[in-house]
Amino acid sequence: MIGFERFVLSNGLNVLVHQDTSTPMAVVNVLYDVGARDENPAQTGFAHLFEHLMFGGSVNVPDYDEPLQLAGGENNAYTTNDLTNYYCQLPADNLETAFWLESDRMLSLAFSKKSLDVQRKVVCEEFKEHYINKPYGDVWHLMRELAYKQHPYRWMTIGKELSHIENAQLDDVKNFFFKHYTPVNAILVVAGNVKVDQVKSLAEKWFGEIPSGTRYERSLPMEQPQHEARRMTVHRNVPMDAIYKTWHMCGRRDEAYYATDLLTDILGGGASSRLYQSLVKEQQLFSSISCYHFGSLDAGLLTIEGQLVKGIDIQKAEDAIEAELDKVRGEAMDDRELQKVKNKTESIMAFEDMSVMNRAGSLAFYELLGDGNWMNEEFEKYQRVQSTDLQQIAQSVLSSTNSNTLWYLSTP
Amino acid sequence: MMLNRTIAPEIKDAVEYDIVLKRPETFSLKNGVKVYQVQAGTEQVVQIEWVFRAGNWFEGKRTVASATNFLIKNGTTSRSAYAINEFVDFYGAYLNRSCFNETAVITLHCLSKQLEQLLPLVRELITEAIFSEQELSIYQQNMKQKLAVNLKKCDFVAGRTIDAMLFGEHHPYGVYSRTEDYDALHREELVRFYADYYTHGYCTVFSAGILPGNYAELMERYFGDLPLNMDAKEGITHSIIPQTLKKAEVINDPDGVQGAIRIARPFLTRHHPDFPKVQVLNALFGGFFGSRLMTNIREDKGFTYGIYSYFLNHIHAGVWMISTEAGRDVCRATIEEVYHEMKGLREGEVDADELMLVKNYLIGTLLGDMDGPFQIIGRWKNLILNGLDDRFFYHSVQTIKTIQAEELKELANRYLHPEEFYELVVV
Repeated sequence: MIGFERFVLSNGLNVLVHQDTSTPMAVVNVLYDVGARDENPAQTGFAHLFEHLMFGGSVNVPDYDEPLQLAGGENNAYTTNDLTNYYCQLPADNLETAFWLESDRMLSLAFSKKSLDVQRKVVCEEFKEHYINKPYGDVWHLMRELAYKQHPYRWMTIGKELSHIENAQLDDVKNFFFKHYTPVNAILVVAGNVKVDQVKSLAEKWFGEIPSGTRYERSLPMEQPQHEARRMTVHRNVPMDAIYKTWHMCGRRDEAYYATDLLTDILGGGASSRLYQSLVKEQQLFSSISCYHFGSLDAGLLTIEGQLVKGIDIQKAEDAIEAELDKVRGEAMDDRELQKVKNKTESIMAFEDMSVMNRAGSLAFYELLGDGNWMNEEFEKYQRVQSTDLQQIAQSVLSSTNSNTLWYLSTP
Repeated sequence: MMLNRTIAPEIKDAVEYDIVLKRPETFSLKNGVKVYQVQAGTEQVVQIEWVFRAGNWFEGKRTVASATNFLIKNGTTSRSAYAINEFVDFYGAYLNRSCFNETAVITLHCLSKQLEQLLPLVRELITEAIFSEQELSIYQQNMKQKLAVNLKKCDFVAGRTIDAMLFGEHHPYGVYSRTEDYDALHREELVRFYADYYTHGYCTVFSAGILPGNYAELMERYFGDLPLNMDAKEGITHSIIPQTLKKAEVINDPDGVQGAIRIARPFLTRHHPDFPKVQVLNALFGGFFGSRLMTNIREDKGFTYGIYSYFLNHIHAGVWMISTEAGRDVCRATIEEVYHEMKGLREGEVDADELMLVKNYLIGTLLGDMDGPFQIIGRWKNLILNGLDDRFFYHSVQTIKTIQAEELKELANRYLHPEEFYELVVV
């Protein structure tokens, strides 16, 4: 049970406080309700580039990192298709330093030309390191475009192409900031060796005077149901053929999410999963295979990816995947198998909650979903899933007309 | 009154904190196996590591140690690989194994309430693993494929090439696996290595979390009667034969858009008196986001997504390494900047502000790293396996708090000379 208190400042900033006196540290986590899905299709990669710029100095503080490090703190941030999250940890005595730094960059950035010039280059190198200069690096670029025709999940967080980042202008940066980086679009979580009263007065002092901004009302085009199987084949300079299959699944807030999540675990979550045991160990068609999803807030993709054993015909390999899917569609799983994935889920949650930093991040995430306290109700929701629910999801989600298949073939 | 946001709030310098490394409790099993435990935490979870002297230092032939370690959970006389995995997953546990240079480890993570169900399985892995031909052949095939994919990555190729340059490819620290090494593995070699270094091996146990009240009794019951720790497994000595040429460029992918850069020199181990001090110099140089290397090469020039320097702390030898991936056209310029930063540290004294920042950062990070039982036992494991204790830890902390600018300059003049570094670019 993760306890917390919540209050809202007059400018609309939502603040959650989670106390843990067993640590000398404090964590300050600021989540902004903006991700790559909120980008203009002609300026993709912007939310992530922006995350880099958040470290390039704010209106009253020329450098974010230095004062934090001087206070014994460290920090990081990440951007997904759905959200952008910033977090720092420092000795609890120096909590105010984090309030000072985080509030100033919510008030306004410095919008330095130099920072934009450098971070454009840094992000381009990040793009190259992870998506160009790596075998299979462009898979998600291809798959997202295949699976999504309307929804902005059709591009990756890093961006659709290098040129979108290279062409980013300072005016674009300013507009993006004042649209999304405002108190009404943020969630602040303070955790660790802190007191609620102390956090209240610090929050008033540092964040209270920031103009609330306008609540960003998201109206993204939702992906229309898919009615026929889509397929794509590419040839690349990689050593092994690989196969990627995705199916449209529900969003993170949907009731069906829990059964869908357990189904992916049954199919491809580790060494006792069905796909691994059948296709890697028994039939030896694949050298590796897994089934997963990204937990996207809007309707996401359930994914199976596998690398083929050299010399295996890819059609044969795909048929073997389908044969396993036939089983989950056709037969209810036994109680022990369902209990197994529930037990795994319980355990993952306990391990995740060990660090204060994770707890702070999770609270912010669940608050974005709707209520921080859902974090405490989550396992209960998994417990309620029945084996018939899984079968139903298997039938409705894992259908051929809902599928996208990418054959990623080694150039001969 | 309007808030003046240009003035930083007062801080307590992190160096003023006392850092306490909680001591583990210890007990020994009848066969002499020593068990360390840190009883702490808020969640009902445990982590137990069985550390064997069974790293590649002890193998007579390439990849035997890592193959044995990998396949130890792929079948026993009474359970198939699937049965083992299903059992572990059913209890929501994680049973991992990993192989290093000197040691090889079996690690169990589970909910405290499930520990008693899982310990007999770990015993079985140590005593009854069978290494079937079938499992070995799947392993060989899949590892060869994984290797083929990794060899397409410039950072992977750079990592193993620099090790071989520093130690020679016949030394355990420089050796790497090739396709033919996987092909040459035989079941009997694994069975023999397993018997010598696991079943009759030398084992130390590190445990942490919320351990059950009868933990010592459980460990005695399942591990106290095993034929472990009969001899110390000192192993043979290996000679280091570094490459004579210190510079190399490798074209791995003619179309590559980045190069992987490694700049490295043989270095001290933790036992050298300079080691605690050099840790501070390393932080300043390239050890964290605010370091000289990162500030110059990423934050000023934008040549790379990230650049770091760090130590490879093997038990018998150390390495000081600088590592990055940079745009293909700026690899040379990146290397020049690394040497330029070495020169800066040799020739100038770090000013008081920068030194204070590094000290506070290091102490603050240490404070944060003490968050939780797994972190605490991790530190102890490192100390104990290197023949050290908390005197080393407290000495390091004291060194961070008190080191002076002139000492850092002196150390830079002792160790940061480009001509002593090996230099590698893999495109």
